[in-house]
Amino acid sequence: MLSYLQRLGAVSISMFERLGRGSLFFVNIVFSVPSVIVRPRLLIAQMHSVGVLSFSLIVISGLFVGMVLALQGFYTLSDFGAEGMLGVMVSASLIRELGPVVTALLFAGRAGSALTAEIGLMKATEQISGMEMMAVDPVKRIMAPRFLAGLISMPLLATIFSAVGIVGGYFIGVGLLGIDEGGFWAQMQAKIDFSEDVMNGLIKSVVFGWVVTWIAIFEGYDAIPTSEGVGRATTRTVVHSAFAILLLDFILTALMFGDI
Amino acid sequence: MLEHNRGAELAETTPFIKVRDVHFSRGSKLIFDGVDMDFQRGKVTAIMGPSGTGKTTLLKLIGGQLKPSSGSIEVDGQNVHQLKRKQLYQLRKKMGMLFQSGALLTDISVFDNVAFPLREHTTLPESMIRHLVLMKLNAVGLRGARYLMPAELSGGMARRVALARAIALDPMMIMYDEPFTGQDPISMGVLVRLIRLLNNALGLSSIVVSHDVKETCAIADYVYLVSAGKVMEHGSPEQLANSDSEWSQQFMQGMADGPVHFHYAAEDYAKDLLGIES
Ligand SMILES: Nc1ncnc2c1ncn2[C@@H]1O[C@H](COP(=O)(O)OP(=O)(O)OP(=O)(O)O)[C@@H](O)[C@H]1O
Ligand SMILES: [Mg+2]
Repeated sequence: MLSYLQRLGAVSISMFERLGRGSLFFVNIVFSVPSVIVRPRLLIAQMHSVGVLSFSLIVISGLFVGMVLALQGFYTLSDFGAEGMLGVMVSASLIRELGPVVTALLFAGRAGSALTAEIGLMKATEQISGMEMMAVDPVKRIMAPRFLAGLISMPLLATIFSAVGIVGGYFIGVGLLGIDEGGFWAQMQAKIDFSEDVMNGLIKSVVFGWVVTWIAIFEGYDAIPTSEGVGRATTRTVVHSAFAILLLDFILTALMFGDI
Repeated sequence: MLEHNRGAELAETTPFIKVRDVHFSRGSKLIFDGVDMDFQRGKVTAIMGPSGTGKTTLLKLIGGQLKPSSGSIEVDGQNVHQLKRKQLYQLRKKMGMLFQSGALLTDISVFDNVAFPLREHTTLPESMIRHLVLMKLNAVGLRGARYLMPAELSGGMARRVALARAIALDPMMIMYDEPFTGQDPISMGVLVRLIRLLNNALGLSSIVVSHDVKETCAIADYVYLVSAGKVMEHGSPEQLANSDSEWSQQFMQGMADGPVHFHYAAEDYAKDLLGIES
């Protein structure tokens, strides 16, 4: 019992210590951001590997999620004779919730894990050490551009996800199930509010982009520099990101849409 | 005139790097237990010792990547571990380091690797950078390999590219971590001469960490033999070769038995084989 408590204590101390180091690391990155803005070439290269390479995954997933939403929604709504609301239902679910959350989960799996593995391997092969010895700050040169790229890419990807999803819903609702086309779009226009829905969804995606990229980069930087250590860090990135996304989603949703 | 001479004399006698009573441990493992060393300006100083004694660690301490638990390290009159981050980076621009693994950036070509420190630290036009890079690559015999990616190089080639990169900024000193491993006899000979040549032509101070006793003694002005956290012997290569200490004889002649143990500290062999754990 005592040893159990001891172990619990040790685990929580090391957890908080890691959290502390992670926060310091984040502060360090924030201070390095100006140097990235001066040299946009690095940022553009990272936007390509973090954002553009996730594009096809996001588009395909968005399309299917939108189509499934329309199918499911149609059968529920038609019970109440409210098929006309299908467009609102699909777009509200996507913009408020599924767009940011599903994109962030996919982003953690696609871009986050790649970031951790890349930085972890750089550490394992002494590239980071070598850079420090050449008097080049790896936080400025490696971490900050990747962080900024993730932060910018995530909201763009989430927006694309939602837009494609709505098109998918349109194919199913109007094309397959024969809902009135005018009603589909008109209801959507009338019911979706810019600040209430679109802005809140956007805020969520920025927050998720921040947390996923931060976790991914820190895990890589903090990885034990062996192949096993890098492998574990990559797994941790995906698992911790998923937890963080879902937890933050709950908190943000409660703050934005719940009347607490 | 007199002043000038005194200055020159001082430069001759004050060491470029001063290591004083350095202690360092990794976890519970003591790696350095009070080490004193001097590295003279413009000379090649070699550090030799059994594998795992902390030679790489010593270079990282000098470069300020690790911090000793006590003792001090001065490079060019500055205490490395009391410098602010900015000053440390400023000092590092004057230090070249050749990592044991090469440590090339794997996502850019050989050419870009050598150009990396130039592009980061200077505002030279691209034509000038090209010129400098080709010069450095030519010195290590790899001008023709400039378009290759690091993954396409052999271990020995990678180390030579890393050498070209280490001299790109014309540093005041270079630390070579095992420069000769993985080199065939021809490139080994070239490298040995290159290290000496760079040292003489550019007035560099060099630190060579190596196991290759013969090659190292051929170029070193001074040798430190390190083992078990201490400096065991030091002196010019001739002094060490003629030393009657058992220790240096064993190391210089590469025998498995003697005061240095070839084995990492372990249980009794027979007991270990029988599976008796104590
Ligand atoms: N990151 C680390 N964490 C813990 N211990 C380490 C670490 N790096 C090295 N060591 C330990 O420090 C000791 C010295 O390592 P170092 O790499 O300096 O040896 P070396 O003299 O360069 O050996 P070699 O000639 O084989 O390169 C070794 O016993 C090793 O076990
Ligand atoms: Mg070593």
